[in-house]
Amino acid sequence: MSLDAKIPEGPLADRWNKHKFDLKLVNPANKRKYDIIVVGTGLAGAAAAASLAELGYNVKAFCFQDSPRRAHSIAAQGGINAAKNYQNDGDSVFRLFYDTIKGGDYRARESNVHRLAEVSVNIIDQCVAQGVPFAREYGGLLDNRSFGGSQVSRTFYARGQTGQQLLLGAYSALNRQIHAGKVKMYTRTEMLDVVTIDGHAKGIVTRNMLTGAIESHAGHAVLLCTGGYSNVFYLSTNAIGSNVTAAWRAHKRGAYFGNPCYTQIHPTCIPVTGDHQSKLTLMSESLRNDGRVWAPKTVEIAEQLRKGTIKADQVKEDDRDYFLERKYPAFGNLVPRDVASRNAKEMVEEGKGVGGSGFAVFLDFADAIKRLGEDTVRAKYGNLFDMYIQITDENPYKQPMRIYPAVHYTMGGLWVDYNLSTTIPGLYALGECNFSDHGANRLGASALMQGLSDGYFVIPYTLGDYLAKIGPKKVDTSHPAFEATKKDVIAHINKLLALKGTKTANEYHRELGHIMWEYCGMARTDEGLKKAKGLIQALKADFWKNAIVAGENEEVNASLERAGRIADFIELGELMVDDALMRKESCGGHFRVESQTADGEALRDDENFAFVAAWEFKGEDQPEELHKEELVFEAVHLSQRNYA
Amino acid sequence: MYLILDTNYLIQNLKEMSNGNMNLTLKVWRQKNAQTSGKFVSYKAENISPDMSFLEMLDVVNEGLTHKGDEPINFDHDCREGICGMCSLYINGHPHGPKRGVTTCQLHMRTFHDGETITIEPWRASAFPVVKDLAVDRSAFDRIQQAGGYVSVNTGVTTDGNALLIPKVIADEAFNSATCIGCGACVAACKNASAMLFVSAKITQLGLLPQGQPERYSRVQSMVAQMDEEGFGSCTNTGACEAECPKEIKLTNIARMNNDFLSAKLFREEEIHEAKH
Repeated sequence: MSLDAKIPEGPLADRWNKHKFDLKLVNPANKRKYDIIVVGTGLAGAAAAASLAELGYNVKAFCFQDSPRRAHSIAAQGGINAAKNYQNDGDSVFRLFYDTIKGGDYRARESNVHRLAEVSVNIIDQCVAQGVPFAREYGGLLDNRSFGGSQVSRTFYARGQTGQQLLLGAYSALNRQIHAGKVKMYTRTEMLDVVTIDGHAKGIVTRNMLTGAIESHAGHAVLLCTGGYSNVFYLSTNAIGSNVTAAWRAHKRGAYFGNPCYTQIHPTCIPVTGDHQSKLTLMSESLRNDGRVWAPKTVEIAEQLRKGTIKADQVKEDDRDYFLERKYPAFGNLVPRDVASRNAKEMVEEGKGVGGSGFAVFLDFADAIKRLGEDTVRAKYGNLFDMYIQITDENPYKQPMRIYPAVHYTMGGLWVDYNLSTTIPGLYALGECNFSDHGANRLGASALMQGLSDGYFVIPYTLGDYLAKIGPKKVDTSHPAFEATKKDVIAHINKLLALKGTKTANEYHRELGHIMWEYCGMARTDEGLKKAKGLIQALKADFWKNAIVAGENEEVNASLERAGRIADFIELGELMVDDALMRKESCGGHFRVESQTADGEALRDDENFAFVAAWEFKGEDQPEELHKEELVFEAVHLSQRNYA
Repeated sequence: MYLILDTNYLIQNLKEMSNGNMNLTLKVWRQKNAQTSGKFVSYKAENISPDMSFLEMLDVVNEGLTHKGDEPINFDHDCREGICGMCSLYINGHPHGPKRGVTTCQLHMRTFHDGETITIEPWRASAFPVVKDLAVDRSAFDRIQQAGGYVSVNTGVTTDGNALLIPKVIADEAFNSATCIGCGACVAACKNASAMLFVSAKITQLGLLPQGQPERYSRVQSMVAQMDEEGFGSCTNTGACEAECPKEIKLTNIARMNNDFLSAKLFREEEIHEAKH
């Protein structure tokens, strides 16, 4: 099958408008004859479910949490970008488009990104109308802040809780439609498979997490809004429940997986304190405006710091290596996320890591406090310092913070065309779950924008075209395909429950995380990736022999839920490694040690790798087949990034 | 030049760091489901590190139980950074434990001392039936929000966001109410199992903002009616909810809600009548 991205023709800036006109419509009276399934209730899912229900479609929405409001979009801190140009500082739709393409290291599809920039302005209007309490200036106007990768102030925010406020806005719109009877909400329900009939998605199979009941749901289309897969690394800034299962099962039913190796590692997270640790907490990127990153110059001093025989403030100025300032004098501590992360990793590998574990470098505010005074620093970053104190029991006003990179976002995901359709007709992927808009690296404050763009302003148009074409003929679960898929799901669950070995799913997850972080993390080599592939295959074989899964299906069973998700993460891990092996260039968050500039920066190979890698599942334990979508750049000129 | 070096020695280091020196006794409420009755069961939590969060300590206990072939303790949790509102737990008589202004996932074991006995219960309220062990059903909260916790606008608004001027103090005050995470600690803390802090936070957020004005008086009535229907108790101004709220939502929200509710009942009957049709 050849990949058709269905990109409209004509000038870039006119494509979305023209496309909206060309798309077929479903007339208002017919909309109520269509049933739409939405999986996931984060920004993309809640926005899509509410908007489609408002149009008149019958929506069934699903989430695994106890309430749609818990989706992990809620944890996003910084803000949401929009090309409003309220600051009169030269922003425009084209500039937001350009920054996003460049930030993604020229590995995103121009048409999608331009549409994203266009609708960004509508998102802010929509959210304001819902009552989202964005930060305001004294005159009553919306306030903006600056973010990395751009020279204009276009980020809208609600203190450090922008994701929470936007999600609660979408949740309220969803609630209104639930109340109106247009959305039926299924909480504590996990999607375990997609049902296809004659190659089209016609429903899903779910497990009721309270009773264990395996149920089928039919619909004219299925929307996956199930988030990213950072938890393949075990430790990440994602919620514990965030998982790849819905997307992965769809992949195994025929949906291609796009650029799985593109993952983003955020440089400033609170370091790991021990093997018990279950998740990592982010410290906002804004801290690098005033904090100075350093590590001790010698391994001996690092050793003393690790043992606690000396404290950071006792290390003499001459014995400190402000490595970002030294290596990148122009950008200093404000180099992009991927560069800052790789340099911290290098320090640790040279034996200069600090903190009890050795997996950390310092982020020091002593100079800022001297220059600005403690009160000013508190006013700027107080809530972040409090969070740090809460977690570490250390006072960053007295001793430098310890920070280390952590996995934060996955740019890869299900491959979708311009209409957000996967390679299975009728199956759509929205938000972080798809691969489409961020290329090889996402800019700050762009994830919220993409989730809401897909849900509020793209899918309501593109879905109608598909529905009009297939017609409103009733689909129900009596078709044998539903029974067959259900059987597969039950067999998979029984296979998991039969595991009564010696290692918990959590232990396998941690091992997988170590492998992924070590060999498919911030820096990747041909040799390391090949080693990782062998290790993952062995881990998979061992899992299906020696794992322990407690309890039974017909009850609340966290052990079973977890084991199913880990089994899928192990398979995804292998595909990520394959993708990283295939992509012999470096780009954005994907750093191949063999492909770097003399300064140690990511070196792209546009001649051979300016394409989207879309992987097709070919059967259990079979190599996946690579399909390429060539990326065509008409509006931007490809160039090499340089921050020195 | 970036190289990949072996960091296994550091991974070993992490294993050792997890071996803490705290030994605790846990008295945990175990209950198979809403239909059966439950009881306290005691467990030992050994070699606990003070750097662990409370939930990570339970993870350690659960790993031990799973290895022994016993059923792990069921509890709700997700983001583990204090914002999703999924975690709960009534710890030593306090929702989210003894520290102020934090959720259970942000509570660290250094708050407790070696040798301590810790009692862990689910939220107790008839409107929050037990799902299993320490997890409860909080869908009543969703139904209250569905009854009116929104501004009735469809997707596709074309009014510019800056067409509506909102004073900073009002926006900030609305934001303070909007930070409620819907965890249910207020209900668990209240002797009457009242949900008024939770309900009033949404009513206050929308009641302060101009966008919320058209439905202000119908909203307060429909949400309060749903709250009553779910079986939550009434407020007697004890203030335990405010003291235990991990987001420190203020009692003044309840005052605002009462004010709107009374206004609606006394002076706005006609509008409400219309709103119902």
